[in-house]
Amino acid sequence: MIPYILQYLHSDVTPGEAGNVFWMVVYVLLTFAGVSIGVIFMNWFERKVMAHMQVRLGPMRVGPHGLLQPIADALKLIIKEDLTPASADKLVFWFAPVCVVMTAFCTFIVVPFGRTHAITDMNIGVVFMVGVSSLGVLGVIMAGWASNSQYPLLGSLRSGAQMVSYEIAMCMAVVSAVMMTSMSGEGTLSMIRIVEAQLHQHVWYAFEFFPVGLTALGVFSIAMIAETNRAPFDLPEAESELVAGFHTEYSGFRWSLFFLAEYAGMMAVSAVAVTLWLGGWLRPFPNWLGGARWDTVFSLAPGLTFLLLAALCVIYTVRMAALRVMRANAIGLAAFGAVLGLVGLVCLLPAVRVRVQDIYWFVVKVGFFMYLYVWYRSTFPRYRFDQLMKVGWKVLLPISIAVVVLTALVGVRDELFAMVWR
Amino acid sequence: MTPVATPFFFYLISGIAIVSALVMITKVNPVHSALALIVTLLASAGLYLMLYAPFMAGVQIVLYAGGILVMFLFVMMLVNIEHLYVEKKWNRQSLLALLGALSLSGLVITALVRGAHTLPQHTIALEESTNTQGIGRLLYSATEGYYVFAFEVASVLLLVAVVGAVVMAKRRV
Repeated sequence: MIPYILQYLHSDVTPGEAGNVFWMVVYVLLTFAGVSIGVIFMNWFERKVMAHMQVRLGPMRVGPHGLLQPIADALKLIIKEDLTPASADKLVFWFAPVCVVMTAFCTFIVVPFGRTHAITDMNIGVVFMVGVSSLGVLGVIMAGWASNSQYPLLGSLRSGAQMVSYEIAMCMAVVSAVMMTSMSGEGTLSMIRIVEAQLHQHVWYAFEFFPVGLTALGVFSIAMIAETNRAPFDLPEAESELVAGFHTEYSGFRWSLFFLAEYAGMMAVSAVAVTLWLGGWLRPFPNWLGGARWDTVFSLAPGLTFLLLAALCVIYTVRMAALRVMRANAIGLAAFGAVLGLVGLVCLLPAVRVRVQDIYWFVVKVGFFMYLYVWYRSTFPRYRFDQLMKVGWKVLLPISIAVVVLTALVGVRDELFAMVWR
Repeated sequence: MTPVATPFFFYLISGIAIVSALVMITKVNPVHSALALIVTLLASAGLYLMLYAPFMAGVQIVLYAGGILVMFLFVMMLVNIEHLYVEKKWNRQSLLALLGALSLSGLVITALVRGAHTLPQHTIALEESTNTQGIGRLLYSATEGYYVFAFEVASVLLLVAVVGAVVMAKRRV
């Protein structure tokens, strides 16, 4: 048993490729726990950022600067009564949130947080991600239909139409990135090999064939917002028109499952965008600031980030008003800062930092996309449904098809010139 | 690495597929039938995986479970369910059905008995890690088979279905 566990540590492949069941389970638990913590953090972060963009304070009461607000919310949701409408289709009503959460979390099986930091590497990685996340719409439709009520039904109809039509543009953009992998050797659909192809070609696919890759990323990053039903494309849950859309009849824990799935799905599509176009776990500026010395400098980044966060915590502890009611908050924030500082120091150790930097860069890039989600939500007004369909079918789809054709043409340009000038 | 394609998984996945197919044809509510059909399709994607054909499994999930069945459900949600409970579920063509079932099972049994001589004894073990690339080569490579034309001809069939649907929808306006 022990040798079986230790044997994996000497290999440099994912546990799925090594076929090591123990580490597979460990990685699954770690990934799912990480995603859940990410969702909890996003809940706080989104409310805080949106509040500051609208010149408010946001959650301030529970814990220092509202840091414990998501935990309080989760407790409230678990305690809240879980209603099932009398005329609902009980089985489908029960299964809908399960289906949504299952599909949202399943996609993380192939997400590569690093060369060895993925649960497994599949030959069909991208197809698997797109396919499984497209099954999420089934849960939304089931929820809307099983509620046996008008608003949820309309919400799920909208979401079905929206997700099906934006999926096409999204997949076309993915095809263009997959075609770029064949520029160095054999093309591939596997998430890890796509990042390795970017490493070998010394370019992130966002900057490959200059405007082409960037356009594909643009199309994808618009379509992925529609695919995850977020503002400005959040018509399935448009509050002013449909109360809460497809999850109007859900409450308590089952509603929180929809919430969890929405944010996990956002992270999953952001992870696809990062893997395909922004070099996955690769550090920024590999050509401009290349070489072993810069590698060392960039590998210090995770530790320094944690130390910076710890310093912020210390500053806010000092600045906190010296009142008796604030004492618990001040102690809590100081303790949080101490923990962050310890993590930062551990991340600076040479043995740790070479393993942690992959995960760090991947998470930072995904975090950037998550920030964009919040930014869009507080910036853009919601689309009307016909406008949404027009954007999907008449703008994004033609652009994405053109991107695929252009990628193919630019990819074989040498052969084309050879044919013309022969 | 130990193979996943053990008999246990084969019987498990096949069992799920058969049971959900039976559920699909016996349920009165069409939405329940469609959901059971999705389970059948996902189980057959699992069977493709057991044959070391991951690309087929992925396409099965994307196209059938994710695409076509979503459209099915989409239409069915708008159907008035009440009158379906009144309609007859089974038709009375038992003689014809018996004939069909007998001839089909006869065909399968003949294939199993006689096929030992004519069919190859073992299938070619396709490497799982090169499955997608293999399909690509069969489609586009001029040396290893050039099935792209046949593939496109088959897709014209789907185009015919689309045109037919548009024509039928237009007539009522």
